[in-house]
Amino acid sequence: MHPVRKQRLIIVLFIVVFSSLAIGLMAYALRENINLFYPPSKIAAGEVPQNTRIRAGGCVKPGSVSRASDSLLVSFVITDGGADVPVTYSGILPDLFAEGEAAVVNGMINDAGVFEATEVLAKHDENYVPPEVAEAMKDKGEHQASCKGMTYDS
Amino acid sequence: MIPELGQFALILALFVVLALTTLPLLGAQSGNQLLMLTGRSLATGFFVLIVIAFLCLVYAFVNDDFSVAYVSSNSNSLLPVYFKISAVWGGHEGSLLLWVLMLAGWTLAIAMFSKSLPLDMQARVLSVMGFVGLGFLLFMIFTSNPFERILPLAPQEGSDLNPLLQDIGLIIHPPVLYMGYVGFSATFAFAIAALMAGRLDSAWARWSRPWANMAWGFLTVGIALGSWWAYYELGWGGWWFWDPVENASFLPWLVGTALIHSLAVTEKRGMFKSWTILLAIFTFSLSLLGTFLVRSGVLTSVHAFANDPERGVFILVFLLLVVGGSLTLYALRAPVVKSMPGFSWLSRETLLLGNNILLTITMITVLLGTLYPLIADALGWGKISVGPPYFNFFFLPLMGVLCMLMALGPLANWKRTTGMHMVQWLWRPWVVSMVIGLVVPYLYNDEYSWLAALSVFIGSWILTSLVADIRHKVRNSSSIGAGLRRLTLSYHAMIIAHAGIAVTLLGVTLTSIYNEQRDVRMAVNEPLVIEDFEFVLQEVRRVEGPNYIADEAVIRVTESGKPVPDMKPQKRRYLAGGNIMTEVALEVGFFRDLYVAMGEPLDDGAWAMRVHFKPFVRWIWLGALMMAFGATLAVADKRYRKKQVASAEAVSSPADIEPGVAR
Repeated sequence: MHPVRKQRLIIVLFIVVFSSLAIGLMAYALRENINLFYPPSKIAAGEVPQNTRIRAGGCVKPGSVSRASDSLLVSFVITDGGADVPVTYSGILPDLFAEGEAAVVNGMINDAGVFEATEVLAKHDENYVPPEVAEAMKDKGEHQASCKGMTYDS
Repeated sequence: MIPELGQFALILALFVVLALTTLPLLGAQSGNQLLMLTGRSLATGFFVLIVIAFLCLVYAFVNDDFSVAYVSSNSNSLLPVYFKISAVWGGHEGSLLLWVLMLAGWTLAIAMFSKSLPLDMQARVLSVMGFVGLGFLLFMIFTSNPFERILPLAPQEGSDLNPLLQDIGLIIHPPVLYMGYVGFSATFAFAIAALMAGRLDSAWARWSRPWANMAWGFLTVGIALGSWWAYYELGWGGWWFWDPVENASFLPWLVGTALIHSLAVTEKRGMFKSWTILLAIFTFSLSLLGTFLVRSGVLTSVHAFANDPERGVFILVFLLLVVGGSLTLYALRAPVVKSMPGFSWLSRETLLLGNNILLTITMITVLLGTLYPLIADALGWGKISVGPPYFNFFFLPLMGVLCMLMALGPLANWKRTTGMHMVQWLWRPWVVSMVIGLVVPYLYNDEYSWLAALSVFIGSWILTSLVADIRHKVRNSSSIGAGLRRLTLSYHAMIIAHAGIAVTLLGVTLTSIYNEQRDVRMAVNEPLVIEDFEFVLQEVRRVEGPNYIADEAVIRVTESGKPVPDMKPQKRRYLAGGNIMTEVALEVGFFRDLYVAMGEPLDDGAWAMRVHFKPFVRWIWLGALMMAFGATLAVADKRYRKKQVASAEAVSSPADIEPGVAR
């Protein structure tokens, strides 16, 4: 084969092998590192795998937030109107975290059915409701897709 | 009245740009000089009109004209005047106007500084710039008009600028970033013009190189500013989150970096031409994508797109036109500009090709991770988010390899290098950086970190090989000073920018490894010890600002017993929107930052506090500044200022190869 052609062939082969390797790795890494979102009612219904990192979100139930007196441990309840999920978190809550407002939590469900959050997010806008939360609440038949007009039973 | 004037200026600008898109191009195609010459005056008109529109919007903000919808949703009469001005680009509509202002500025700059270009080339470049401006102006006037009024019931008070944006970092971050984004429209215009004219020679690469470097420098600073802002304003102590908004600005940077290197090969050796063109197209397309991703609201939800179908459809169509149109043109024209002088396996070309491939792959992984949640949401696969582990999984090893290769690039010869020579030049830097890498983590911390050893090794490998390269280049001069003076400005620029990469790399890795973070309950007079530092809360008091009230903690800090200035973090409550904001206290140093943010009040007057010890964090941004400085210096190189138009064959003439590179 002509040396120039040979060189080109090697380059092409190299690119093909390398890029398929890269795509394979990417697919693998994506699969390992995506966090699926679950609304509280699905969690309460036991549809969620335990010990897998997931995302959950809902409104923080008024009166449910309690802090430990000697540490930064905090617990609260999130709800989508259909079901409640207890959450524990150790650390500083974001500025816009408040009872009756929307929050998104990242973490795992433990054996007792408690969501152990490693991260709590509340967006920086008082009228903002995370789209996942809004949608979850619409599914539950709440008229408003926000935490403001929500009716909390119990 | 003034907002209507702005509106009028915008509409007028639309017509001017329409002329700019068509007339010079028609002139270039038909060889009509008169039409080609219209480009310059039309570009000037475009700039003047957009400046007028922009000033009208600034005027509306400064005078609290809340009858303008955009002003009322982004400003407030209590805002200090400098924030009122920066609020102009605090939202979607205004930032588009800023974008177009930058575009008009770059267009004017091209018209002014490219007198040495052949007239037809200049006309085509200006027309392409005009086309981009046309797209943006249409988008702005029909879907996101910043001058829209709320009449007759104008609100008395505005709903305030998001407190996160009330900050010096956010005053300068968007304009600088946009300068970068828009700057790549210049290289894009050069690439398209060259495709249209069918002349892709090294002269073309020489014309577009300074523009690419300039844009890249701005983008680098813009990203660094964003990261710096996130660090001190968000209150989490992080400086990079792999957030889609950050990724959006990082994507064009990655391809842009590949582009400036590929342009070097095209200019010096007349190779990689088609590839360079592709990179120029992609860089600009990603800049467009970045602007739209961040500003159109798709990132918060794909449904934002559906809520506002006009905007969404327009964006998609425009992106499609730009990407599809330029790729079609590329497909039609690229074979004409093929080039193939050979090069051997071990040569600077190969190394730069490696650089390009690595950067492109990195870009693709980041792009996929950024868009995947959007795609999944649109196709109904569920709500997902892609976390930092995904990005780090690819980014760190790829960048590691890139940095290792980076040390070889400057030393390697064009065309071919013998392995023996490389080893001869590089064994000393290799050994020295091995020793530094192994020893530094041992001296720095009690706990030995192999990761730190690896990153210190790579960082010093880059730096020492640069030193080796300089020594090699000045070996024949009478003194080092004389030798350095003999080297070209762009060589110095390269050294500084590459050293900047090493500095950023060291900053990033060492901060991540040695960073100490404590979220603690802090009561008055209860000391907290981190490393050599002791933090004691003195009191929490109430302070008032122009448009907020705040709780301020006073924390006494000592370093091994010696006092450091008091740190005073704040928790602010903004009066207009009732928003709560954390104001971080920083104690800045070259080797370490101390960082305190207030969490929330606990019982007994105690507060939840976030305290960080962040070694070398400043190096991240220092390195970025060095890179940008290098890029600017390269633009000043005198070979770009040569009056005569270099011939296409200039590459092959030995006189044209700078002394710094010739061996």
